[in-house]
Amino acid sequence: MDPILIVLIAIAVFVAIGGVAFVSTRRRGPDLELQPRGGDTAVLDRDTVDRGDVAVLDDAVLDDPAVDGTPDGEQDSDVAVLDKPEVIEEPPPVKPSFFERLGKARSAFSGYLGGLVGLGKVDDEAWEDLEEALIRADVGVATSMALIEDVRSKAKENSTEEGAQVLELLKERMRAEIADKDRGLTVDDGKTNVWLFVGVNGVGKTTTIGKLGRRLKEEGHKPLMAAGDTFRAAAAEQLTMWAERSDCEIVRGNEGGDPSSVIFDGIQAAASRDCNIVLADTAGRLQNKSNLMDELSKVRRVAAKEPGHVSEVLLVLDATTGQNGMVQAKVFAEAVEVTGVVLTKLDGSAKGGIVFAIESELGIPVKLVGLGEGVEDLVDFDPDEFIDALFE
Amino acid sequence: MFQSLTDKFDGIFSRLSKKGVLTEDDVDEALREIRLALLEADVNIGVVRSLRDRIKERATGEAVHKALNPAQQVIKIVNEELTESLGGETISITYNDKPPTVVMMAGLQGSGKTTTSGKLAKWFKSQGRNPLLVGADLQRPAAVEQLRTLGRQVDVPVFSEASDPVEVARKSIEEARSTGRDVVIVDTAGRLAIDEELMEEVRLISEAVSPHYTFLVVDAMTGQDAVTVAESFHDKLELDGVILTKLDGDARGGAALSVKEVVGRPIAFAATGEKLDEFELFHPDRMASRILGMGDVLTLIEKAEETFEQEEAEKAAEALMDGTFTLDDFLEQMQQLKKMGPLSGLIGMLPGLPKEMRDVEVDDGELGKIEAIIKSMTIAERATPEIIDASRRARIATGSGTNANQVAMLVKQFSEMQKMMKRMGGMGTKKAKKNRKGKGKNKGAKGKQKGGRVTPKNTARVTEKGTKKTKAPLMLPGLDRLDEEDFEKLAGELDELGS
Repeated sequence: MDPILIVLIAIAVFVAIGGVAFVSTRRRGPDLELQPRGGDTAVLDRDTVDRGDVAVLDDAVLDDPAVDGTPDGEQDSDVAVLDKPEVIEEPPPVKPSFFERLGKARSAFSGYLGGLVGLGKVDDEAWEDLEEALIRADVGVATSMALIEDVRSKAKENSTEEGAQVLELLKERMRAEIADKDRGLTVDDGKTNVWLFVGVNGVGKTTTIGKLGRRLKEEGHKPLMAAGDTFRAAAAEQLTMWAERSDCEIVRGNEGGDPSSVIFDGIQAAASRDCNIVLADTAGRLQNKSNLMDELSKVRRVAAKEPGHVSEVLLVLDATTGQNGMVQAKVFAEAVEVTGVVLTKLDGSAKGGIVFAIESELGIPVKLVGLGEGVEDLVDFDPDEFIDALFE
Repeated sequence: MFQSLTDKFDGIFSRLSKKGVLTEDDVDEALREIRLALLEADVNIGVVRSLRDRIKERATGEAVHKALNPAQQVIKIVNEELTESLGGETISITYNDKPPTVVMMAGLQGSGKTTTSGKLAKWFKSQGRNPLLVGADLQRPAAVEQLRTLGRQVDVPVFSEASDPVEVARKSIEEARSTGRDVVIVDTAGRLAIDEELMEEVRLISEAVSPHYTFLVVDAMTGQDAVTVAESFHDKLELDGVILTKLDGDARGGAALSVKEVVGRPIAFAATGEKLDEFELFHPDRMASRILGMGDVLTLIEKAEETFEQEEAEKAAEALMDGTFTLDDFLEQMQQLKKMGPLSGLIGMLPGLPKEMRDVEVDDGELGKIEAIIKSMTIAERATPEIIDASRRARIATGSGTNANQVAMLVKQFSEMQKMMKRMGGMGTKKAKKNRKGKGKNKGAKGKQKGGRVTPKNTARVTEKGTKKTKAPLMLPGLDRLDEEDFEKLAGELDELGS
């Protein structure tokens, strides 16, 4: 058979049947809207599990007009703001300063903006470098651009356009943005204070509670840990080990149980054992899973029931988190009235710049910073050092 | 945010009239916005820069697509570039001749290594393997306990002991051998990339078990730092792949791109939920449009293109059956065909062709020859080949490097094919009637469904979110009801005419 003929027939048949089919196979695009798959099912499962042993409490809580235990912040006399922890025991744990702890991370990056400081007049390229430094620190594009634009016009106005001056101007501008925030942790006297720890999965909520328990004990408080993460495998075991290490009381429920009831039990136990702070752990949850966020709102409502008094809701954020951190802060704040941020894993190479955007946009102050795995590595947030570190 | 981005694009490009090619300015303007979109999605700034250069080079000077405006076209190119960057080589797990096959997990704290180990164990089980989970995270309190719980849930044994991680890892291989497990999954403690001591430890673990696969577990929410992390781990461990976790969140997941660019190894798996079976192979195309955050725009582009191509194809098919199919149409279809690979392979795939046709070796060079002949014709000649006389034939032959005989043969066969296709249309109609009476041949072949006409057979295009779109082949009237007999007859007729 003549090859030309075959080609002809093949093409004719191709045109007739195959053409569009083949083309469309090639084209069959991505499922463009990536659904948060399995979200609903996962939640259903959690819910089903919950139903098990909550029934009683559930009703009680839902029918109860939610008691709002948030301190209005203006209370003065009976609000004790935590002081710097005093060192009680040996070995004298030389409290590392924020900056010293960051040393490790800094060395890897020092000199990044070194060229800028020595620069006479900052040119376009240097301004871009500066903006890039902010973006690299996860401050976010919009915030970085706004900051640079602002500082740039100010620099021009004051004709302070030398490298070192510009950098100082920028830092000043940033410091002003997050200055004057109350970063103390609230402990109201004579109450069973509840500090609720919330956040997405894997940010370090349980670890933070573990470290904080030790610190509070050293400061003379009587903390009790409530293992409200009943979902993740062995989360309660993890918290129990921390409680043992720091010699804290702990209340835990069954795996798969209702977190509200565990925390409620914790508050009851704290009240009867005369503990003044309940450190309430919760399961990590992604903020776009609305039923899990509803569950969390419920936890907060339950925690505010007498004798519980919710005086802190701390959003734990991982320093490696990028722009999604802002979404997390917004959604969690809406669900549970977040009072502060704990920034963890800042001893790595990540700068955690998103908390700057969160503070300046949402006004939620960063209160604590995690700088290592040791029990003494949870320190108070220092805005000046944090801002300096962004540019190192 | 996404909406405003779309608006911005509309704004930029509404004032640009359609030009023949994308100019550098068009591309620059679109790229500025795309840079922002990528940075907002946490793609590392260095990676954004190199991407931008690549896209610019690729887009500038490209012919403007008839169905798209310049902005859409740039976005399309960006999307393709992202998909390519994220995809490329895929991972296929091969198993060691001498079991066990060792898999090691590494990553930062809280990225999801332990949970992922459990999921991976389940996945290996579904592949018919007998995995062993190894708890070498002795750092985090209760990490081993967590792994044991997961092990119970997926019914996979867990090995660990309270010694040191390197020792546990080493012993686990022996354990796997003696208990007949053929895959070992080593869960390690989370560590910071800059922690020299712990990075050295993970290297020692790796040395102790010499893993066949080392996976870096990366949280989809990771920001700019993803690059540093990936670099350090790759440096120490020589990664084989990446596992992306927490993809069921709403982070845009630019970290995936950053990591892929740095490590250059495939993103093997994606964890998409808290349940242990919410774990799947990675889809670069989904990730690309997620990072770009322009799902709507992309759908629009796709639709525009589809409509465009469908119209073209419908036109061709219509032309074919009413005999107005010109050599130009033919040429275009042939070029389409060539894109799909060697002709002999394609012929094998076409349904309904007689056996002797399938067996004939077709030289793809023939296609080139035909192309050359048609391209050497004038427009008038292509539209009405009848006007080709001896002198035109000679000119065409010279122009295409063939001889007059070959030109004549092509013209003749082409016109016979036109006639044949016309007849096929008619025959199909007749057969359809027969079918309706219930006497039609029904050989049970899948392609022989009822219906016909030049409309897509299956017009159901589900456009709900997330569901896949199906588009059925365009059917020529009656062609779907032709069987082998008819083809043989036609081929015989044609052969006779041709020789």
